[in-house]
Amino acid sequence: MDNTIEKSIAKLPDAAEVKEEILAKYPAKVARKRAKQIIVNKVNEGEQVQEIMANTRTIPGILSMRGCAYAGCKGVVLGPTRDILQITHGPIGCGFYSWLTRRNQTRTKSDKHPNYMPYAMSTDLQEDEIIFGGEKKLKKAIDEAVALFHPKAIGIFSTCPVGLIGDDVHSVAREMEEKYPDVNIFGFSCEGYKGVSQSAGHHVANNKVFTDVVGQLEEEKEGKFKLNILGEYNIGGDAFEIERIIDKCGFTLHSTFSGNSEYDEFASAHTVDLNVVMCHRSINYLAEMMEKKYGIPWFKVNFVGAEATAKSLRKMAAYFGDKELIAQTEKVIASELVEVEKIRLEVKERCEGKLAMLFVGGSRAHHYQELFTEIGMQTVSAGYEFAHRDDYEGRKVIPNIVVDADTRNIEELSVEADPQRYRERKTEKEMKELEKSGMRFNDYEGMMSEMKDNTLVIDDLNHYEAEVLIEKYKPAVFCAGIKEKYVIQKSGVPLKQLHSYDYSGPYAGFKGAVNFYREIDRLVNTKVFSLVKAPWDNSPELAGNYAWNN
Amino acid sequence: MLLRHTPKKLEEREALTINPAKTCQPVGAMYAALGIHKCLPHSHGSQGCCSYHRSALTRHYKEPVMATTSSFTEGASVFGGQANLLEGINNIFTVYDPDVVAVHTTCLSEVIGDDLNQIIRKAQEEGKIPKGKRVIHTNTPSFKGSHVTGFANMTQSMVTYFSENTGSRQKQINLIPGFVEPSDMAELKRIMSEMGVKSVMFPDTSGVLNGPMTGKFKMFPNGGATVDQIKSAGDSFFTLALGRTASLPAAKSLDTKCKVPCEILDLPIGLRATDIFVDNLRKTAGVNVPDSIKFERGQLLDVITDMHQYFYGKKAALVGDPDQLSSLAEFLTDLDMKVTVVVTGTPAGPKFERRVHEASGEKTTVKYGLGSDMFLFHQLVKNDKPDLIFGNTYAKYIARDEDIPLIRTGFPIYDRIGHQYFPMVGYKGALRLLERVLSAVMDRQDRDAPEERFELVM
Repeated sequence: MDNTIEKSIAKLPDAAEVKEEILAKYPAKVARKRAKQIIVNKVNEGEQVQEIMANTRTIPGILSMRGCAYAGCKGVVLGPTRDILQITHGPIGCGFYSWLTRRNQTRTKSDKHPNYMPYAMSTDLQEDEIIFGGEKKLKKAIDEAVALFHPKAIGIFSTCPVGLIGDDVHSVAREMEEKYPDVNIFGFSCEGYKGVSQSAGHHVANNKVFTDVVGQLEEEKEGKFKLNILGEYNIGGDAFEIERIIDKCGFTLHSTFSGNSEYDEFASAHTVDLNVVMCHRSINYLAEMMEKKYGIPWFKVNFVGAEATAKSLRKMAAYFGDKELIAQTEKVIASELVEVEKIRLEVKERCEGKLAMLFVGGSRAHHYQELFTEIGMQTVSAGYEFAHRDDYEGRKVIPNIVVDADTRNIEELSVEADPQRYRERKTEKEMKELEKSGMRFNDYEGMMSEMKDNTLVIDDLNHYEAEVLIEKYKPAVFCAGIKEKYVIQKSGVPLKQLHSYDYSGPYAGFKGAVNFYREIDRLVNTKVFSLVKAPWDNSPELAGNYAWNN
Repeated sequence: MLLRHTPKKLEEREALTINPAKTCQPVGAMYAALGIHKCLPHSHGSQGCCSYHRSALTRHYKEPVMATTSSFTEGASVFGGQANLLEGINNIFTVYDPDVVAVHTTCLSEVIGDDLNQIIRKAQEEGKIPKGKRVIHTNTPSFKGSHVTGFANMTQSMVTYFSENTGSRQKQINLIPGFVEPSDMAELKRIMSEMGVKSVMFPDTSGVLNGPMTGKFKMFPNGGATVDQIKSAGDSFFTLALGRTASLPAAKSLDTKCKVPCEILDLPIGLRATDIFVDNLRKTAGVNVPDSIKFERGQLLDVITDMHQYFYGKKAALVGDPDQLSSLAEFLTDLDMKVTVVVTGTPAGPKFERRVHEASGEKTTVKYGLGSDMFLFHQLVKNDKPDLIFGNTYAKYIARDEDIPLIRTGFPIYDRIGHQYFPMVGYKGALRLLERVLSAVMDRQDRDAPEERFELVM
């Protein structure tokens, strides 16, 4: 490799100056707000990272990446489940747009097992129902759904107008459940205007899954070392790869919330001995509540990145503390890393020193930095679309987060230990010992402490800011979503979609890491962007002449 | 099976829509607004709508789709979205500097009852709209009509806000192209220019949603009908509107507001619909059909006659949007194919049904409006066993389960490119459609033929 590393690092612009330049274009009110959401990262040993403003209202008229509570609830959390029949209550659009677009893969045990994911169901509310109420139609729709599909469970998802016209999806759910006692029917108040982003919908989804699904079935899975993975949605087959590894190590995966999952696994998820959390933002509520009610400890894991995967597996094995399990886990890690290392070193040679930016999700912008680091690339700017301060600064700031009106509108359940089913998984002493060995329960460090000095951490990045970043840093790759994809690529910078993975994957686990290394290698070393200039652009002078004139 | 729960037996459904054959109005309005030069579409509602629409259009075009939103929160939903829109307008002109902001409503702002005329007036009074810049709006309640209605409404609003009859008729005709692709819009312009017809076409998304890679992102690409052009549409001496569902409201408005008479034609998909379009252009503009266009027509007819054996008797089931469907049904019937099923979720009305029956015969099963979804379409396909399916990307689940080739037509097409660049309208468009149909039919024959009957020449 040439001296790209030194070159690129030497050329890094001053983050504070970039921030000032961004803010200069805004009206005063916008600039004031954005100033608190754009942070020049400072990491000093032992010091708390800076405060960032997050999970606050999107500014009207500013081209944001964010979606709504419905998308967070129906699209993100419940969408990946194949046998909960999902009915969108509202006009047709919301049901249509959330129809298969998130690439949650699922694999039924056989062709006979239910899979409702390729079906988009909606009450398709019309003007009359908007005026006179849509509950009657919703009930009828449930009748028809039960008759056609005979599901175990039905989820009803509210769209914006539902809240305004006063339809009570919860009372409809109760009434219909009485009519169909074999079907678990529950409603979600996930109207799009709730909260400030998808995040509100995650919380709404967590609450309902907790109160109406988890704990409905007393059925333990066979096997040792039982756990749930929370916050893994099997986009591009990530959950398949994680399942493969976990199985090989000897853990028993009871359920994944909610990639490649089934209702019964959710309903009996309270029987496990550990919850591990992948996407902290979308599912930490459920982990918290399950701990309080059933006594299941949880900790954060990350299966994005080979090192991170190995670290997470070790942590899980250490939790169970079984010698054989620990040995087997080490064996799996060692054997898997052989191939990973080979590809990693090969790719690293071509990617080292190049710059990356990540603006996506509530965890991915953090997790994926691991993979870039593994191939020697540097993340110079990152941020989340819909995260909260704790995802940036770590969970220790939670007590200091001011609860504003938009958050207050989302129900916070008060949870107590279940008198029958609460069970201590580890004695207090055991927990203390695990903590002493470095295991952190109920914790997440957040993104900022792991990012370098002078990097820019930006919450709810918008289009204009992305343009400035591209111009100032000229990154080798920019990670975001479909709406940003072609905007960024038109400027000659490849964009990697980290929601849909550009229809490839998996990127989690060991095989996923290899896929991602190769994908980034393809993107940052492609020749296609160098073809932009035609020969006549490179030498526009009209020097030629017809031969016969000479 | 992907759609393993879809039974063959049809049963009446009144309330549950499954796998819709339509989507909501705002996405159509957003698409239409992108056909105005230097226009930023704005969604007045929760930000999720805007995010969904931008995503849908981006997946369909593989192009930047820029649009803003009023980002309603619970407060705005209770107290109205005026403050959000006023702030939004101010931010938009400060940060993005478009010439036009085209606001469409959503089910949320419609239910709240926000008065867009009043809010825009207020923005004007408060000086939030810079001199020479325009903010227009259309109402697109998602609980009425479909994405096609939204397109029609936004196109009509272009007339309401911009078109003027200044009293001096201009020697030009208006063309309202309908909810078609950028490639189609470019083709319509090419045909008119080939015929020497001076025209104003709006909306015009060519050059906006099929732009080049230049290494530089342009927030507002070169394409789109300019405000001045749309304004001058009020002075044109005639309007041709293509597609009743998508283009009638704008054409009518031009008639009532600016006294420009109009003719509503079918979308020029296929030989006969293109003939009628070309003939109308000839008559209204008083020009001759040039040899170049006659040549294109002849080429199309040549392929039809040469390849007739592959079309003859093939059964086709169609799902999509009404204006495309009726023309497509006519074209396929002209090829001696049998159109057996036609389904659209858009409430296209009995006129649509009559038109399809006229085109493909009384035996065609036509379903439109509420309850006419792709679940029903799939059931009809299961019963009818067609040789070909015409529909959007979602039809591929049906095509795979039933093992029937799919010709991708309509919106959205998420999994193939081509529609952005190669038209379906006009003689050239019909030729490309034929090529795709033939390839599908022949690929299937090649796949299924016994070894001894595997053909080299076809």
